[in-house]
Amino acid sequence: MTAAITVTGVEKTYASGFRALKGVDLEIRRGEIFALLGPNGAGKTTLISIVCGIVKATAGRVLVEGHDTVSAARITRSLIGLVPQELTTDAFETVLATVSFSRGLFGKAPDPAHVERVLRELSLWEKRDTQIIALSGGMKRRVLIAKALSHEPQILFLDEPTAGVDVELRRDMWAMVRRLKAQGVTIILTTHYIQEAEEMADRVGVINGGEIVLVENKAELMRKLGRKTLILTLEEPLPAVPDRLVRDGLALSADGTELAHSYDAKADRTGITTLLADLAASGVRVKDLRTEQSSLEEIFVNLVRTAAP
Amino acid sequence: MNLHAVKAIYHFEMARTRRTLLQSIVAPVLSTALYFVVFGAAIGGRINEVEGVPYGAFIVPGLIMLSLLTQSIANASFGIYFPRFTGTIYEVLSAPVSGLEIALGYVGAAATKSVILGLIILATAACIVPLRIDHPAVMLLFLVLTAVTFSLMGFVIGIWAEGFEQLQLVPLLIVTPLTFLGGSFYSVDMLPGFWRTVALFNPVVYLVSGFRWSFFSLADVPVGISLAATLACLGACLALTTWIFRTGYRLKK
Ligand SMILES: Nc1ncnc2c1ncn2[C@@H]1O[C@H](COP(=O)(O)OP(=O)(O)O)[C@@H](O)[C@H]1O
Ligand SMILES: [Mg+2]
Repeated sequence: MTAAITVTGVEKTYASGFRALKGVDLEIRRGEIFALLGPNGAGKTTLISIVCGIVKATAGRVLVEGHDTVSAARITRSLIGLVPQELTTDAFETVLATVSFSRGLFGKAPDPAHVERVLRELSLWEKRDTQIIALSGGMKRRVLIAKALSHEPQILFLDEPTAGVDVELRRDMWAMVRRLKAQGVTIILTTHYIQEAEEMADRVGVINGGEIVLVENKAELMRKLGRKTLILTLEEPLPAVPDRLVRDGLALSADGTELAHSYDAKADRTGITTLLADLAASGVRVKDLRTEQSSLEEIFVNLVRTAAP
Repeated sequence: MNLHAVKAIYHFEMARTRRTLLQSIVAPVLSTALYFVVFGAAIGGRINEVEGVPYGAFIVPGLIMLSLLTQSIANASFGIYFPRFTGTIYEVLSAPVSGLEIALGYVGAAATKSVILGLIILATAACIVPLRIDHPAVMLLFLVLTAVTFSLMGFVIGIWAEGFEQLQLVPLLIVTPLTFLGGSFYSVDMLPGFWRTVALFNPVVYLVSGFRWSFFSLADVPVGISLAATLACLGACLALTTWIFRTGYRLKK
């Protein structure tokens, strides 16, 4: 059993009648960093809230480390740490008090050494006796992260962790995420920034309009991203690809006026030189040429557009 | 049982009390002292004693109950409403805690505070009027039971309320009238026949009567019935709280 989280057929219709999730199936592997990518209103926060037990699913079930989040809530919840999207913090408590509170709330015996370590890692130790209300937005975000880590969760949810966050905190946060991953913590982050998913994630899931439209290894996505297409416009249309030119990744357009050669731009050999030599040898004359590249952004926009109702 | 969580919530709430010591302790003590002056001195001038107890002393148990009730409700309702209002409730909802544990933490803290407040008012009163307590153990029992019952009621109100107005609504429209008509300042026996019957439908009458019995061995209704009525109120509030957490009422979307 390697799944940290298994979501099966989860639907959510809010009291307003709005269908925020329309049957989500998703598996998060133990120890991975999973980026849930999607535009605003896609249902990311709703999905996380269901896994964490804050929102009740209308249908479907969620297993965390094999335990049902409804019938075995006490087990699943103690495994999870959540950094919410909104900056909802106490106001008059001190940083140390609020982080210690979280640890107790999640059923862990007091451990001042662990709390100190978490606060130091997040550069909060100097502020431990400050009232939260006196902290800047970035500092409050750090406090929320510290609260989520106070009880040593095995699974960490970061809901739009970098929205409105300064460069320094972003860097600290990613360093922390890598450190946690090294310790074996499973991390799920939501974002609508593609670079973030690219930079951090092992796998990327795209959600739109309450539906998962794609789940893929980031490496696979990057491969797609790294692929370019060389398009050759011919002087004379061809009825078919001449025998000499037939190879993987080469295709003739329907009207016979364009040859498209798809290749890996990051590979040592792209096959372009050979192709051009073979074209000349076959007597095919080229009028023009251009290259095309699909970015992750493009893939994403296409997915989201085609999936839109 | 997640005892660490109960402790965490309890300490969090008690820390809040310490931060707001002035509003939470000094203000109710002051207003109760004013009641003594106004009712004790003004009315006490006309009614010398009730059933052999000087009027100033006679109203002490009722006045303590009055503060106990209003403060328990105010404290407990605010304690749970505020995190709902600010959104920090997300953490409690996502934590491995049962409804019982959440209620224990919040209600336990609110009740503790009320009992402390009741004892302070009692001490204040003892400085102003000569007082005797015939049954101290029963007195403490009523004090604790009432504090817990009305803290639970406050907790329920804090979960039900959708705004600060609603938070004030139940105490203002129901609890305050019931307490004032609950025999704090008079013996129910002093009411004319019809109103006496009406008064017996007011649960506060039973609380005040039982509490007063523990002081002066005087009661409007037998103390056993008072105790039973108090326990019934507690049971009703407990049932309501259990139902709220089973259904996620107003807590989970
Ligand atoms: N409590 C609610 N009642 C009704 N609709 C809601 C509620 N919460 C969220 N929604 C709607 O559900 C959709 C998904 O919201 P959300 O999960 O927050 O999206 P995301 O986190 O991807 O931006 C949005 O259209 C939002 O307006
Ligand atoms: Mg969101």
